[in-house]
Amino acid sequence: MSDYNFAYLDEQTKRMIRRAILKGLAIPGHQVPFASREMPMPYGWGTGGVQVSAAILTPEDTLKVIDQGADDTTNAVSIRRFFQKTAGVAVTEATAQASVIQTRHRIPEADLRADQILVYQVPIPEPLRFLEPSEVETRKMHALEDYGLMHVKLYEDISQHGDIATAYAYPVKVEGRYVMDPSPIPKFDNPKLEMAGIQLFGAGREQRIYAIPPYTRVVSLDFDDYPFQPTKADHACDLCGAQNSYLDELIVDDDGGRVFMCSDTDYCSTRRKQGHVGAQGLPYAEGAT
Amino acid sequence: MYVAVKGGERAIDNAHAWLAEERRGDRAVLELSVAQIREQMTLAVNRVMAEGSLYDPDLAALAIKQARGDLIEAIFLIRAYRTTLPRFGASNPIETGDMLCERRVSATFKDAPGGQVLGPTFDYTHRLLDFKLAADGEAGDVPKGTPTHDPTPHIMSFLDREGLIQDERAGENTPPDLTRTPLELPADRALRLQSLARGDEGFILGLAYSTQRGYARNHAFVAELRIGAVAVEMEIPELGFAIEIGEITLTECETVNQFQGSKTAPPQFTRGYGLVFGMSERKAISMALVDRALRWKELGEDNLGAPAQDEEFVLYHSDNIQATGFLEHIKLPHYVDFQSELELIRKLRREAKENIPREAAE
Repeated sequence: MSDYNFAYLDEQTKRMIRRAILKGLAIPGHQVPFASREMPMPYGWGTGGVQVSAAILTPEDTLKVIDQGADDTTNAVSIRRFFQKTAGVAVTEATAQASVIQTRHRIPEADLRADQILVYQVPIPEPLRFLEPSEVETRKMHALEDYGLMHVKLYEDISQHGDIATAYAYPVKVEGRYVMDPSPIPKFDNPKLEMAGIQLFGAGREQRIYAIPPYTRVVSLDFDDYPFQPTKADHACDLCGAQNSYLDELIVDDDGGRVFMCSDTDYCSTRRKQGHVGAQGLPYAEGAT
Repeated sequence: MYVAVKGGERAIDNAHAWLAEERRGDRAVLELSVAQIREQMTLAVNRVMAEGSLYDPDLAALAIKQARGDLIEAIFLIRAYRTTLPRFGASNPIETGDMLCERRVSATFKDAPGGQVLGPTFDYTHRLLDFKLAADGEAGDVPKGTPTHDPTPHIMSFLDREGLIQDERAGENTPPDLTRTPLELPADRALRLQSLARGDEGFILGLAYSTQRGYARNHAFVAELRIGAVAVEMEIPELGFAIEIGEITLTECETVNQFQGSKTAPPQFTRGYGLVFGMSERKAISMALVDRALRWKELGEDNLGAPAQDEEFVLYHSDNIQATGFLEHIKLPHYVDFQSELELIRKLRREAKENIPREAAE
C-alpha cells in the first residue's frame, strides 16, 4: 500500500494526535479534544483506538489486537489486518510478545510490563454523559471537580437495587482528580487499571483522547459500607480450568446448556499449552483450538 | 467436550466475496458504468458530494456503485478518501451573485432583475409513474433558448438597499475547519453552517420541518433559491493574482424571516442561509431554516427549548457518518459487557428473592 503513509495517517495528523496523547499523560484522566479524522472504518468500530495506535506505532513494534478479549473476533481481525496492510508491522496473539495492544472491552489477564502500551477503543468517553447529556455542562463539571451527581447516581442504585447497578464501564477516579470512564470493560478488570504499562484511550467519534500513565492511582468509585467488588461468573474456565479469569458464557445446546470459558483467548491457550485442562476441555494438541 | 469456535478471518473473506457478487447482481443484466451513474443519477451524486464534502462527481458516482446505492455508505467512502487528500490551500470566497443560474425562483417578488427561471425542476410534474421510461428512456427533442448574460443580482440586495433586512457583515477571521479542529461549543455561525452543509439531509429536513410546525417557528419566506455554476478562484502565491481553477454547481437559498426590533432599532427582517454542493434544493432550504432557528441568541429571541434551537443537539447529531457508525456498532460483539450485566441481574434477582419472602413474613 505505497499510496498511504506508514500506518495510514499522514505525519502532521500523527503529530497532532501525539500532542493530545502527551497532554493526556500529563493530566491523567482528563479528556483532551483532538481533531479526529474520518478513518476507512466506521465510527463505533474503534476509530479512536486505531488513530491512537497509528500515531504511536513504529516499524519495530509488535501489535496485538483483541476484541472482547479474543484475537479472533471479526473486528479484531479486521483492525489487525488494517495495520498489517498499512504499517507492515509484526503481529502476534501472544500478550507477552506485543509491544502495543489495541483492545475493545477487556484488559488482558496477564500483567502488562513497563515496555507495553495498551490502547483502548472508547465509545463514550464522558463518564457523566448519561447523567448530563450536554457536553458544555459536563466539561464544566470536570473543571469544577463537581462529581456529586455521580455519587448520587451510585447511591440511588443502592437504594433501588441494594447494589451499585453498574457492571461495566464502571467509573474510576484517577490520581485523586478526574472521574474517568475506563471504556466498557467489565468491572472485574478495574483493579488492573493500576499497571506498569501506559494506557491510552481513544474516542474517535467523540474526538477525545485520555490516558493513564504507569503506576497511576486508579480508584473505582464506591462507598465505605458498599465497597467496590470486581465480579465474574462463579465458575472455572471449562477449557483451561482457570479460577480467576473473566469468563464468557456460551449456550451450547437446545436445552440451554452452558459452557464457561476464558474471554482472554491467549491466556486460555497459554494455560492449556502448560497442561491445564478444564472440566470440558481436551488436552492441548498442536494445531487444535 | 467443547471445542472453541474460530474462523473470524475466513468469515470476513467470504463475506467480502459474497458482497462483491451481490453488488454485481444478475450477470445477464449489463453492468452499470460509473459514467451512467454520474449522468443519470445526478441527484444521488449531488447528495454524496454535499454530505461527503468533496466536489467530485466521478468519485461520488464510483462510491455509489461501490456502495450498491446506499448513499450514506457512499458518503462514508468519500469522507474516508477526502481525509487522506493533501491540502494545497484555500480558494477565494465564491461569488454566488455571479452564478450562471439554471434555476432561480423567488417566493417574495413576482419579478426581479434576472427574472424567475423555473429550470429542470420536479415541482410541477405530476407524480405518475412514467412507464415509457421502463421501455425506452430516450428523451425527446428539447426546445432550446438563448442564454442571457444579464446579471442576476441577489433578491436580498434589494431589501438590503432599503434597510429592511438585517445587515450581514463579512467576518474578518478565516472560518475554522470542522474537519481539522475538534468541534467546541459555542460554535460561531460560520462553523454551524459548515456543519449543516455536510449534515444528513433527512435530519436537517426533519429539524427544519419541526420549526415550521411550531417548535421555534420563525416563519420563513424563500426570498431566493438559485442553482447554477460558479467559478472557483484561487490566489497563486507565485503569480500574485487569482486564477480560475474550476467551476462548481451549487444550490443557494436565502430566506427572509420575521422581523425583530428593539427600542433602539426599527423592525427589520432577518435571514437564514443555506448553501449546498450540486442541485440539492430540499437540503438548502432546510439548512436555511435551521440556520435561522439557531440564531435565536444573536437576534435576541427567547430560547423556547426547541430541538432546532439547541446548537449542541443539532451539531452533535447531524452527521450521518457519525450517527450511523455509532448506531450500527451495537451489532458488534458485546459478549463481555453483556456477561457482566447477566451476572449483575442474576445477583440482584437472587437478593430480591431472598428479601421478598422475609418482608412478606414480617
